[in-house]
Amino acid sequence: MISRSPLILNNKNYESVTKDICSLVESVPGPAYFLGMGGAQLLLGLYLFAQGMIVWYGMGMMGVNHPVGWGTDIVTFVFWIGIGHAGTLISAVLFLFRQKWRTSIARSAEAMTVFAVMTAGTFPVLHTGRPWLAYWLLPYPNQRGPLWVNFRSPLVWDVFAVSTYATVSAVFWYIGMVPDLASIRDRAVNKWRKRLYGLASLGWRGTARNWNHYEMVYMLLCGLSTPLVLSVHSIVSFDFAVSSLPGWHTTIFPPYFVAGAIFSGFAMVVTLMSIVREVVPVFKDYITLDHMEAMNKIIMTTGLMVGYAYGSEFFIAWYSGDEYEQYVFLNRAFGPMSWSYWIMISCNVFIPQLFWFRYFRRNIPWMFVISIFVNIGMWFERFVITVTSLHRDFLPSNWGLWIPTFYDFGALFGSFGLFFTLFLIYIRLMPAISIAEVKTVLTVGHDGGNHGHH
Amino acid sequence: MDIIEKLIQAGRPKSKRGLAGIWLDEHKLVEAAAKVRASGCTKFEAISPFPLHGIDEAMGLPFSWIPWVTLVFGLSGCAFGTWFTWWCSAVDWPLVIGGKPMWSLPAFIPIIFECTILFSALASVGALLGICGLPQVDPPVIDPALTSHKFAIFIPEDDTSFNSAALEKIMKDHGAIEVKRAEY
Repeated sequence: MISRSPLILNNKNYESVTKDICSLVESVPGPAYFLGMGGAQLLLGLYLFAQGMIVWYGMGMMGVNHPVGWGTDIVTFVFWIGIGHAGTLISAVLFLFRQKWRTSIARSAEAMTVFAVMTAGTFPVLHTGRPWLAYWLLPYPNQRGPLWVNFRSPLVWDVFAVSTYATVSAVFWYIGMVPDLASIRDRAVNKWRKRLYGLASLGWRGTARNWNHYEMVYMLLCGLSTPLVLSVHSIVSFDFAVSSLPGWHTTIFPPYFVAGAIFSGFAMVVTLMSIVREVVPVFKDYITLDHMEAMNKIIMTTGLMVGYAYGSEFFIAWYSGDEYEQYVFLNRAFGPMSWSYWIMISCNVFIPQLFWFRYFRRNIPWMFVISIFVNIGMWFERFVITVTSLHRDFLPSNWGLWIPTFYDFGALFGSFGLFFTLFLIYIRLMPAISIAEVKTVLTVGHDGGNHGHH
Repeated sequence: MDIIEKLIQAGRPKSKRGLAGIWLDEHKLVEAAAKVRASGCTKFEAISPFPLHGIDEAMGLPFSWIPWVTLVFGLSGCAFGTWFTWWCSAVDWPLVIGGKPMWSLPAFIPIIFECTILFSALASVGALLGICGLPQVDPPVIDPALTSHKFAIFIPEDDTSFNSAALEKIMKDHGAIEVKRAEY
């Protein structure tokens, strides 16, 4: 009989699960943490400096100009939104599919979603050049008529999609955390910790009547988040696909963007979890090699989907007979910016093929390196789509190049500082693994393949 | 006594006195819950660090009605999104943009969809908090390990057919490691 391998190692019981996961909140972090936090803070400083200069002096500080009007800000916005998608996929979609292995990683993946969407959200707002007027994007009653926003514009759809996604993800993440915050509250010896976690846990006590409704709401939120997450990246892709520019105006974009988002997001989860496993050794019992392998399989699968989309785009460009469309794709692969195209192909299509081999799927240093490559490749995918389509469109007299400045790099690299600062704060203040949910999967694989225990 | 302590005292919910049994084995608690219910109690609570399988049947809890809230608010969100995009674009200040009709339904679907999801998700969570009476200020806790590895049944004194001795026996017979008077 083929038995399931255990999801949680080292024969944990309910008490040790609580103790292990709360230990991160209840102890003073070591030097590795402060080193990481220091690095994140430096990058965050770079981000604040770069964006501050851009806000102060204007968008001319960045490389955007005619004809490439969408540069680092838009590329990096799509990149971070995409990262967020894996968190919802793990926490909501895998929940609906009853994938019990998701429990160990769902909380941190969901946190990653919230922080990635927060990071992403800063970019389009700053790209407007006048972020203090960002509220103009919302349909609010005003004294100019009122003049409403243009609901036919994909950019307005994006405002609704991203803000709904941010709200629902944050609420879902928080509601999932409430019982665990109550666990920390009840273990607290310090008066202030008890008060603050008591406040955060909303006074949750885990009665059967409450759990009854709680489980229902959790499932409902999963059911609502699933179409939501698909809609968000579809709508992000409409920002491009609804225009008439060759290279953007294609019907393949929504599924292609969603697959790419899951691909890059899982790579980021693997990156983060590889680090977390090393820094917090006790988490190795919860986030096992089986979990990492499962994620690597998803990376490879979605990587193949993305590779298929790259091929399909080329085929359709040829098959359409549209010479502008054909030129854009030849220009991507062999034009002045072909370096970005080949970085994308190497990182997204060639390198993840290593995951066909079990050795690479279960080797932490290898998967860490591959996941970094995937992250780089997916940033370049958005770069290729955005910049190479813009820089040479219909009229050769309208052609130009995109030359990045220090502030482009500052905004891009600095945004990792924002993301990692938030993530490092989270991991020390909140239960990084779902305590309540892990307890329900403790028996999986410990009883000869039959996970019923009655 | 500092000001925060005073606020906590003022906001603390009214608690009930009753009988509490503590378990280490959740399966025995589920059996005990069925027996307590059979003895005629209806207002008792089972407290656990994670959702227990079979406790709803043992306690006779009905299927949660929150999905109806989700449905009603989802439909409301859908209706609101449809009305709002129509009213703004075709009624309040009609503007021709790109030669498209004032009432461009296909282009409004993303907005309508997002309103549907937002309304239903927030309403579901609101309903959860409402039904559970959350947030509560520092409610009494029978045992701090009830959010970690212990399980409890609490039977308030005002419950139908509350009989301290009989209930204590039921709980002890079904593996309770401790039975005590408690406030909850």
